[in-house]
Amino acid sequence: MRKVLEVKNLRKCYGSELVLDDISLSIPEHSVNVVIGASGSGKSTFMRCINLLEEIDDGQILLDGEDISAFGTNMDKVRSNIGSVFQAFNLFPHLSVLENITLAPRLVHGVSRNDAEENAMALLKRFGLAEKARGYPDLLSGGQQQRVAIIRAIATSPKLLLLDEVTSALDPVLIAEVLTLIAELKSEGMTMVIATHEMGFAKRIADHVIFLADGKIHEEGNPTEILNNPQTDRLKEFLGALHSAGRL
Amino acid sequence: MSYKPSSLQLQREDARRRASRRSTLIAAVSTVAFGLVAVIVVTGAPGFDRVRTSFFSAKYASHALPTVFHGLLLNLRVLIIAEIFVLIFGLLIAVARTTKQPILFPLRLVATFYTDLFRGLPLLLVLLLVGLGIPGLRITWIPNSAVLLGTVALILTYSAYVAEVIRAGIEGVNPAQRQAARALGLSSSQTLRHVVLPQAIRNVLPPLLNDLVSLQKDSGLISVLGAVDAIRAAGIETARSFNFTPYLVAGTFFVLMTIPLTRLTDWLARRQDAKQKQQGRW
Repeated sequence: MRKVLEVKNLRKCYGSELVLDDISLSIPEHSVNVVIGASGSGKSTFMRCINLLEEIDDGQILLDGEDISAFGTNMDKVRSNIGSVFQAFNLFPHLSVLENITLAPRLVHGVSRNDAEENAMALLKRFGLAEKARGYPDLLSGGQQQRVAIIRAIATSPKLLLLDEVTSALDPVLIAEVLTLIAELKSEGMTMVIATHEMGFAKRIADHVIFLADGKIHEEGNPTEILNNPQTDRLKEFLGALHSAGRL
Repeated sequence: MSYKPSSLQLQREDARRRASRRSTLIAAVSTVAFGLVAVIVVTGAPGFDRVRTSFFSAKYASHALPTVFHGLLLNLRVLIIAEIFVLIFGLLIAVARTTKQPILFPLRLVATFYTDLFRGLPLLLVLLLVGLGIPGLRITWIPNSAVLLGTVALILTYSAYVAEVIRAGIEGVNPAQRQAARALGLSSSQTLRHVVLPQAIRNVLPPLLNDLVSLQKDSGLISVLGAVDAIRAAGIETARSFNFTPYLVAGTFFVLMTIPLTRLTDWLARRQDAKQKQQGRW
């Protein structure tokens, strides 16, 4: 199967602190990959390295076989092929929902305003947000804002979608509506890397689970295997902690 | 089912009403007392009668009104042109100061030097240096016009102030906004134009308008170069009659001229405040 993303021996430091240590990973097309791990384990940094918001300190990142970590890569072009959604929704407050979604298609991909708006309306309608199109982000609930942020990220039909703890700032009801949207994207074959603390969701949606701790991949594989039958002490510890916190 | 306030709530509302009546009463009494003291102090001053005849003469006021008003029209023209250029230059300088493109580094250096210089120089000095210094160069294609050179001096000084306000706005935009735009593939200039600047300008609108109010009244300073604006016209009238009322007329005009923009500034600031409170961002 075609590999959308390949990460080879990725290393990232902040000063003298090693945040990502020798990470290697390969992500086939249409796969859903969930990254789990405690806060500070390097999940977010990993995501930010992939869309080139962070400079890496060693290794290689290939998108569709092309080395995007090489010096002199056109970063704007790479990012226009990768959709990213963050924990803080980061919608643009001065633009309406529709304008938020059509900004990148129009400016970066040269789509005409009419086509961009038509496509955006179709997406909004499909995810039940059509009546919010002309509204501004501050009038939306957190769940609606995050769904708009995801729609904004997929409006450019990216090759890869990165979702970094997109439900961490939401209450359980709002989490459910965001997770439903993500499940729908999976059924359409979107290739995704998802960092999350929602273990039940990870088990249901993931094709592949990656456990990060101290910037290293300690375990990876099939979700049921990984989550029901952890092999390493670190993962047992992590799942145990989640269990006693009632999150598993 | 219709809602009926409980007796507890009725009591509370009653107490609130009494407290607010009390506040109004205190404010009224205090205002009257202050007014009385002010009147007594001013009218009781030994030179009050002389001041009244030489500053508050209705006869000289009505006499000076047309010429001073005519001068004010010049101020209006000057300040409208100055405001347009100040906003354009201020924006360009602010962007130049915040750019991180290596090729534009010299521009950033010049912009920083410019704002340092013109924020520090007193406006009066800039007026004199430009208004008297440039004609002294005897470059024939530069017209020796007090109005033109005075306007240039105003633009030079106020562009520096406005640039600093806009720069503060640019730096105040949450870095996550810039990152979200870059993550969507927008280039740095697209990010600036479509994401950063609109938010920056909106955030600093009240202080920005405040600078424009200040520019409006400082347009009167071009009179030092000999331009016959409202202040100069009042000066000419005063020299003729030895009565200072024309200055007061000019002053009244300036206040009236700045009030609309001042009110607009207050209104915008209040609206922004209310919006932030509504969103729970105090």
